[in-house]
Amino acid sequence: MKRGFPILAIVTALLLSFALYQALIVAPTEQTMGNVQRIFYYHVPSAWTAFLLFAINFVASILYLIKRSEKADMVALVSAEVGLVFCTVVLITGPIWARPVWGIWWTWDPRLTLTFALWLIYVAYLLLRRFSNSSQTAILAAILAILGGLDVPLDYMAIRWWVGQHPSPVIGGGGSLDPRMADVLLINWAAFLCLAWLLSWTRYELEIASRKVEEAHAMESLMEGLR
Amino acid sequence: MSFFAITRATLAKDIRLEWRSKDAINAMLFFALLVVVIFSFAFDPTAEESRRIAGGLIWVAFLFAAVVALNQTWARELRNQVLDAYRVSPAPANPLFLAKAFGNFIFVSLLEALMTPLFIAFYKLRALGPAWELAPIALLGTWALVVNGTFFAAISLRTRSREIMLPLLLFPFSIPALLGMVNATTAVLTGEESAKFWIALLLAYDVVFTTACLLFFELVLEAE
Repeated sequence: MKRGFPILAIVTALLLSFALYQALIVAPTEQTMGNVQRIFYYHVPSAWTAFLLFAINFVASILYLIKRSEKADMVALVSAEVGLVFCTVVLITGPIWARPVWGIWWTWDPRLTLTFALWLIYVAYLLLRRFSNSSQTAILAAILAILGGLDVPLDYMAIRWWVGQHPSPVIGGGGSLDPRMADVLLINWAAFLCLAWLLSWTRYELEIASRKVEEAHAMESLMEGLR
Repeated sequence: MSFFAITRATLAKDIRLEWRSKDAINAMLFFALLVVVIFSFAFDPTAEESRRIAGGLIWVAFLFAAVVALNQTWARELRNQVLDAYRVSPAPANPLFLAKAFGNFIFVSLLEALMTPLFIAFYKLRALGPAWELAPIALLGTWALVVNGTFFAAISLRTRSREIMLPLLLFPFSIPALLGMVNATTAVLTGEESAKFWIALLLAYDVVFTTACLLFFELVLEAE
């Protein structure tokens, strides 16, 4: 691996511990929700990170279809996988936060529902990659990712309108964030971005290695066939 | 051969095949019937309640039943290497896709036409809103299911256990369409609100995904 990797690992570790300290000790306690609200510093940065990674997946998929570079395909795969991890964190921390605050684990709020729909789409995407037995997995996956990107705005409109007809608790919105809270939030996001970068980098190197191994295996069986 | 000639030839072949074997339509019909019966055992609703839930039940039944036909679409062409023959022929890919989508549209519409009276009888349905709106909802909703279904069936052809793969791909991507058809149908049945937004959404969904499918189908067909 490259020399930058250990440096990034150390920076991520330091930043994550600093962010944890900030979120748990430094950030002011929220007036109505109390200490439970501190999950916000993990929930929101995870969501932003996941959406960023899904956006990267979308762009990389388009690039792959245009240029057919293996690199773009690997970036698409890695960003979908790591994005799905962060998206799962969002969907788990959400109910943990919602239960004490609203008294319910889940509500079909537009943001929740859309995040969940996105999660489903990316699970389908990764399933296709896993189940594909064609040598053209990359092309099929890229097409599916682009269709997923087209699906998101339609999903958004449908869910917004659908939720509009059902009563649901009002979430955030309108209210302004304490500047100290905003600082802690941004520090946490920086830490999460570093973590996402670190994970993606590791996964990317792993993918390169596993493709090399696969190639070597294919070569070997080819040589055996010739013998 | 022109674009339309290929579409027509493929479509005619598929309909003739289906007419002689009746595999897909029989399986679909019986499957949908079972779903209807199981739902009415499971819920046993009053007329008032059923008006609220029928939109969901009816479309879920059609969605599940459509998967049966969609799975057969391409599997049929694998026998005797028909798909490979098509690939090496100079015919463009899109007429084949359109013919398959139209074929599925006809089969699923037939299913809907046969199942709807049963639904009305079982659930004692009577629309309180403008009933004519159900026609565009059915057309647009069915097309939304079959255009993506045909496309995803072609994708899942390239996977292991393709019969399972199709719904796993199709359902997550169909969420907007499903919300559209279910809510539009419920709006018409209860007569409480307008179905206009949902019909427009279905139309947008159909346009977006028909375009995308036609754009990418050649790549999927060539991906072996």
